[in-house]
Amino acid sequence: MSVEQAALAEVVREEWGRLTSLLLAHFRRLDLVEDALADAVETATTRWPRDGVPDNPAAWLHTAARRRVLDRIRAEAMAQRKMPLLVMDAEHRSTATAFADPGDLVEDDLLRLVLMCTHPALDPAAASALALRLVLGVSTADIARLFLVPEPTMAARLTRAKKKIVTAGIPFAVPSADVLPERLEVVAQTAYLAFTAGYAPGSGPDVVRTALAAEAIRLVRVVLVLRPDEPVLVGLLALMLLQHSRRDARVDADGGLVLLPDQDRSSWHQDEIDEGVALLQSASLTGPIPVRAAAYVVQARIAAEHATATSSDDTDWGRVVDHYDDLLALAPTPSARLARAVAVAEASGPQAGLDAMADLDDQLPRSHRLPAVRAALLERAGELDAARSAYSVAIDRCGNDAERADLLRRRDALDG
Amino acid sequence: MRYVVLIACDPGDWERADEATRQEYFDAHHAFERYVDERGRRTSSAALCDADLATTVRRDGDADVVTDGPFVELTEQLSGYYDVELPDLDTAIAAARLLPRAYTLEIRAVVGVEGYESV
Repeated sequence: MSVEQAALAEVVREEWGRLTSLLLAHFRRLDLVEDALADAVETATTRWPRDGVPDNPAAWLHTAARRRVLDRIRAEAMAQRKMPLLVMDAEHRSTATAFADPGDLVEDDLLRLVLMCTHPALDPAAASALALRLVLGVSTADIARLFLVPEPTMAARLTRAKKKIVTAGIPFAVPSADVLPERLEVVAQTAYLAFTAGYAPGSGPDVVRTALAAEAIRLVRVVLVLRPDEPVLVGLLALMLLQHSRRDARVDADGGLVLLPDQDRSSWHQDEIDEGVALLQSASLTGPIPVRAAAYVVQARIAAEHATATSSDDTDWGRVVDHYDDLLALAPTPSARLARAVAVAEASGPQAGLDAMADLDDQLPRSHRLPAVRAALLERAGELDAARSAYSVAIDRCGNDAERADLLRRRDALDG
Repeated sequence: MRYVVLIACDPGDWERADEATRQEYFDAHHAFERYVDERGRRTSSAALCDADLATTVRRDGDADVVTDGPFVELTEQLSGYYDVELPDLDTAIAAARLLPRAYTLEIRAVVGVEGYESV
């Protein structure tokens, strides 16, 4: 990559959301702003190698995009033969040329952009894609690749979300203090949805899509800079970092899934573990915090128990079970009960684990994880016939290629 | 922005309500109306008769078939609406949240149909 290309890639990665929000604050034209910014980047790819990288690359892109929006508005006005309908906020008019010094106002605009993209009136899957596009500047082609859908499908999804914003009147605004915490919870949910889509692909060939998870983490970091003491964001970032730190150990050389006890702990990212553990000590998490924030924190504590143990045997499984009891008190989901049963089995033996998951079948009728866990516990309890049929149920239900291959291998090993 | 707030509720709720409950409904509607008046404008509103008393006109080829009842059978039924002008969707959602908790609300922005002019 040339110097110019690298500079452009960096400014797109670091400044896209700020540029988008600044332009939206001036023009309130979502349809024009994003195209204009994309055009400006396109122009930069030919101009910068010829003229050199400008002193302030972000300001250069802002000026180029701004001209482009104005051109389009003038063209529309000519077509309609009336005065330009410039929707400008008086408060922003004076800062139109002040990009070189991004002050509080610009940061506030960025928060507006995030809240607009993650508005609860938008479909959550489309909202997370839109946030990647408008806040992080990820290209539509890359977003499609990250979410494993064809590019035209993703383009249509983004177009629909933008149309909904304009037609329904979703505001480019920070809501009042009584509503802001619940809106930041939606931001967290949106980011976590993208993150888990990266870590638990329900189908397809890959065990994990770590690039999507990394983008979700980047989104949370952007918002956390703007609202550093928000418990739901602190707890979520801790959880994401602790889970993400194990990414390189989760897949073997053949692309197969490696379960926690068998992972090479030296390949875990220690800096991310340290940051996650430190976040859990934050002052913002002391005292009463909202339920959703608490649920992220408890899950992060579970991940921290694993991340800081030197081996699976060394893990304090009793404390993990306690954390799961806390989690079930906050959010009694069937998948949390299943995970608790796994921890119970480690703490008190396979039969105790089997007992703990005995009544879960009705709640997880299509899950492949439930029979997979049952099979592994039955195997450890020495009930090989029952384990074999449980593996078969899991194999039938599993949509992920790597996980299914792992289950087949385990079932075949019973006969070996 | 102009919004129509569609109100859906279980049919019979109103008939079953005692006087105190009915007063709560009235209070909630008054709170909604005051909120809208402070931030925008009310254009119109109406309560509708139960959906099982509706009349449907369906176009079947060249014939028009008139039948008793609503065009969709749902457990929740459209029972009224407000037509309001408010700055944005967040304000419309905040207003809708003031209405009685028994309601489900659907908020639709009013859009212009290109090329159509009323006579």
